[in-house]
Amino acid sequence: MTHFPVEKIRLDFPILEEKIRNKPLVYLDNAASCQKPNAVIDTISHVYRHDYANVHRGVHTLSVRSTDKFENAREKIRAFINADSTKEIIFTKGATESINLVAQTYGKANLKPGDEILITAMEHHSNIVPWQMLCEQTGALLKVAPINQQGELIFTEFEKLLGDKTRLVAVVHMSNALGTINPVKKIIDLAHSRSIPVLLDGAQAIPHMAVDVQALDCDFYVFSGHKLYGPSGVGVLYGKQALLEAMPPYQGGGDMIRKVTFEETEYNSLPYKFEAGTPSIADVIGLGAAIDYLNDVGMDTIAAYEAELLDYATEKARQIKGLRIIGEAAEKGAILSFVLDRIHPHDIGTMLDSLGVAIRAGHHCAMPVMDFYEVPATARASFAMYNTQQEIDVLMNGIESLIEVFG
Amino acid sequence: MFDDLRDLYQEVIFDHNRNPRNFRVMDNADRKVEGFNPLCGDRLTLYLKMSGDVIEDASFQGSGCAISTASVSLMTEIIKGKTEAEAEALFKTFHEMTTGKDEAIQLEAVGKLAVLAGVREYPARVKCATLAWHTLDAALKNEQKSISTE
Repeated sequence: MTHFPVEKIRLDFPILEEKIRNKPLVYLDNAASCQKPNAVIDTISHVYRHDYANVHRGVHTLSVRSTDKFENAREKIRAFINADSTKEIIFTKGATESINLVAQTYGKANLKPGDEILITAMEHHSNIVPWQMLCEQTGALLKVAPINQQGELIFTEFEKLLGDKTRLVAVVHMSNALGTINPVKKIIDLAHSRSIPVLLDGAQAIPHMAVDVQALDCDFYVFSGHKLYGPSGVGVLYGKQALLEAMPPYQGGGDMIRKVTFEETEYNSLPYKFEAGTPSIADVIGLGAAIDYLNDVGMDTIAAYEAELLDYATEKARQIKGLRIIGEAAEKGAILSFVLDRIHPHDIGTMLDSLGVAIRAGHHCAMPVMDFYEVPATARASFAMYNTQQEIDVLMNGIESLIEVFG
Repeated sequence: MFDDLRDLYQEVIFDHNRNPRNFRVMDNADRKVEGFNPLCGDRLTLYLKMSGDVIEDASFQGSGCAISTASVSLMTEIIKGKTEAEAEALFKTFHEMTTGKDEAIQLEAVGKLAVLAGVREYPARVKCATLAWHTLDAALKNEQKSISTE
């Protein structure tokens, strides 16, 4: 194992001290939501104690201070994903709202009956349903590129479905249910060769790898703060400036306007055009603190450590008789989805919980993926930078014991 | 290793999960209703053969967790020979037992079903135990459509 200061990192996450049913917490539900470091918790608390007022409003000291910190967080996020400009960083409630925003503005303005939107068979519901709603509204059609048994996109099928009528490609960067990392650069290059824009759902990818939106050349990239060691209730839409400029606004309200009369309204410039109403101010600043923390550790360092954790867990899981791993893509992030012979994932979840181990049991908001593998649900252990090999041992011992108990 | 869970996973539950009773399709059923728990994907089909207002036979098919499988297996055993009114009354008592609204519930009133009382300590699992009974309730009311816990 390469040197990774995991013990030092663990001290930065106070919740890891919790006892669950009198046992040390082993938190392996990071794909659902990550825990928060002191840096984030303290920053949010500091904002409310010392800096808080509404942003972009008053001339008073606190409003200026809040606004500076808020906009400073936007700049941190710009740098983190290497966007060209802070005008391209739109704050939303989360990845889900970011996708809905693109569907209801870009989508509504550009899609006509018979046009097609292309997604993949491994999408989260948040990258399926907004497009289905858009299709209902516009008469466009949703096309789905299939996956193979390993849980990988079948690229040749994807290429075939990318037709004359395709107006938008929306693909998950890393699958939350399978761990698959899609060949997004290849997808984007192919789509662009046919002048089709690409949205990447980066909710799951962004805590696990360095993301460079200019190198990828994606047109939209969405993610949530809470999976990135930041607060819930804040997320990001990155969009290329030219696309965002041409899009109609999403919601109407304060902050997104320049001038309002009862006869007409002039919209604000980017990024504010898409940020109606008071944003989640302290949470945005908290997300900025999470990004500082991640930069200190280093995204490449985190990716290397998590890859070792996943290899270790996969190796151990393969030794358990009756365990079947769901999702064995060659390119995979730190997610281990599995099923056990004759033991339902909810029983696995409850039994592991009694050992202090938190995993997710269910359909992971990806019911079509469950249908593909013909399972009602899976159990999923998902890893973060604060997890250890010892914790994986606790998980695997627990699985072996519960198999014994079920008999 | 799982001592804390003894109240929830009693041996009777493991037994019914391993060897579910009345686990079969009933070709001459008078009533057939599907139950579905979208949260966990549990699915079951309940079959009833009626003789007047008496449940002459009950069986099921489907897949689910140990709690839901044991619950429906136990239910099909206990409702056989009961009148519709008796089965409805049992449903109410069972519901109260598992949702913990009445702490002083008479466990003897539910007989063998008392092994499922432990779910009240696990709010995330209550619906696993009650799916079977909601499906029965629909069957007794002669609702043919599929029912859902949500």
